[in-house]
Amino acid sequence: MKDTSNIAGPVVEARGLGLTFQTGDGPVHALKDVNLTIERGEFVSFIGPSGCGKTTFLRAVAALEYPTEGTLTVNGMTPEDARKSRAYGYVFQAAGLYPWRTIAGNIRLPLEIMGFSKAEQESRVNNVLQLVDLEGFGKKFPWQLSGGMQQRASIARALAFDADILLMDEPFGALDEIARDRLNEELLKLWARTGKTIGFVTHSIPEAVYLSTRIVVMSPRPGRITDVIDSPLPKERPLDIRDSREFIEIAHRVREGLRAGHSYEE
Amino acid sequence: MKALLPILTVLSVIVALWYAAAVWMNAQWERDQAARAGTEVTFAQLLPLTMSQDRPVLPAPHQVAVGLWDGLAGQAITSKRSLVYHAWVTLSATLLGFAIGTTAGILLAVGIVHNRAMDLSVMPWAIASQTIPILAIAPMIIVVLNSVGVSGLLPKAVISAYLSFFPVVVGMVKGLRSPDAMQLDLLQTYHASRAATFWKLRLPTSMPYLFTSLKVGIAAALVGAIVGELPTGAVAGLGARLLSGSYYGQTVQIWAALFVAAFAAAALVAVIGAVQQVTLRRMGMAR
Repeated sequence: MKDTSNIAGPVVEARGLGLTFQTGDGPVHALKDVNLTIERGEFVSFIGPSGCGKTTFLRAVAALEYPTEGTLTVNGMTPEDARKSRAYGYVFQAAGLYPWRTIAGNIRLPLEIMGFSKAEQESRVNNVLQLVDLEGFGKKFPWQLSGGMQQRASIARALAFDADILLMDEPFGALDEIARDRLNEELLKLWARTGKTIGFVTHSIPEAVYLSTRIVVMSPRPGRITDVIDSPLPKERPLDIRDSREFIEIAHRVREGLRAGHSYEE
Repeated sequence: MKALLPILTVLSVIVALWYAAAVWMNAQWERDQAARAGTEVTFAQLLPLTMSQDRPVLPAPHQVAVGLWDGLAGQAITSKRSLVYHAWVTLSATLLGFAIGTTAGILLAVGIVHNRAMDLSVMPWAIASQTIPILAIAPMIIVVLNSVGVSGLLPKAVISAYLSFFPVVVGMVKGLRSPDAMQLDLLQTYHASRAATFWKLRLPTSMPYLFTSLKVGIAAALVGAIVGELPTGAVAGLGARLLSGSYYGQTVQIWAALFVAAFAAAALVAVIGAVQQVTLRRMGMAR
């Protein structure tokens, strides 16, 4: 696995990025003229209503979709080369664990595919279970875990092979608010410990403002960036910071950005 | 246990209807016999007579039961009149044919899912192969194979395989294609090869579909083995018993062989069902 942690330059660079889907009803401009640079170690949230292109952008970075215009580089390479060099881990909205494998077995899945030795697999699984606070649950099966725990296992799986980019597509969307709060806190601690670059797609304004160093506000038809907000909040954030004045101001600015992109209109 | 009472009720009704039908269908012969002897036969006399004929049109349940008992327990297992022997002959062809058919079915399914050319070309042929009446093909297969020196177990197994590969192909193609887009995307993010995707994702998710197909397939294989025994002027096997019973008018023999075939099919499907339960429970996919 290539060690990309000392590659200079931005982690993700998009210039004039456009993605148009050709559907039966005509072309859908999922992304249009997107310019964005993500530096190493940032926590960038993408927020916007359905159809604004945030998931499409994340998938383009992951080389799961291919842009039709503009340029996109990840770690200085094409997204496909970045995928081949296993530069990122992806977390979906559903945990998507295999029911026929234990939690440890599920975390081992990418390690088996990428050819790590058995001893390596063992130690990585243990490390990463510790990281997400699921120690002792390695031998359990997914149905024995709650939704929140399954999602933590999914995050552990994405961290197992030391990719320095973590792409998360509404990972906590299916969970209740209390589990969400807890996982938000844990994610921030994880980020502080590992120093990864995180791209996080969400529907929730408080979540975006709480977690990120930068918030990218997007709007639909065509999918574009309406605002990029650099968060002045300190890196150490207790949950209570959500009642502070700065927090509310940033949330307000996000909402303004959404309104400007006509996100609140039909 | 709660299901026991309804099951017994339904069974009793069926047996009662069977007795009534036996009386009704065998009565004509009794009346003809009586007319020949110049006498009349009353209903009260009809009742016992119709249920104990040598060659009834419809054997009564107890006659079939006696025939079954005689065939299963009353003969030496190796004798030509033992239903156990005949059942084993049919079952051995069934199991061999089932193994061949299942293997062929799985290999075809893997090919169809991974190769576009096979995807477009194999299915129509597979479907067409099943629309030809098996009773027409079976003699051809047996004659052709006999002429190249292959006789006995293998031709029957080929017919069984012929009937059982199709459900396996259909079920496995569906099963191998069952993983959703998210799961396939996940493996793409690991840059997994097609082989890795197959072994780690497609094959395990296709297990429920496989077992369903196996249940259909094994019943079809049994039918194939029995049909395969009919053309050769049958010597051994349940199909042979059915055939010789119909040549010599031994209806009790026919029904006894029929019941053994039915029990065998039920037992085979039950065994697969048990394996299915155990396997799927261990894989966390039990419904």
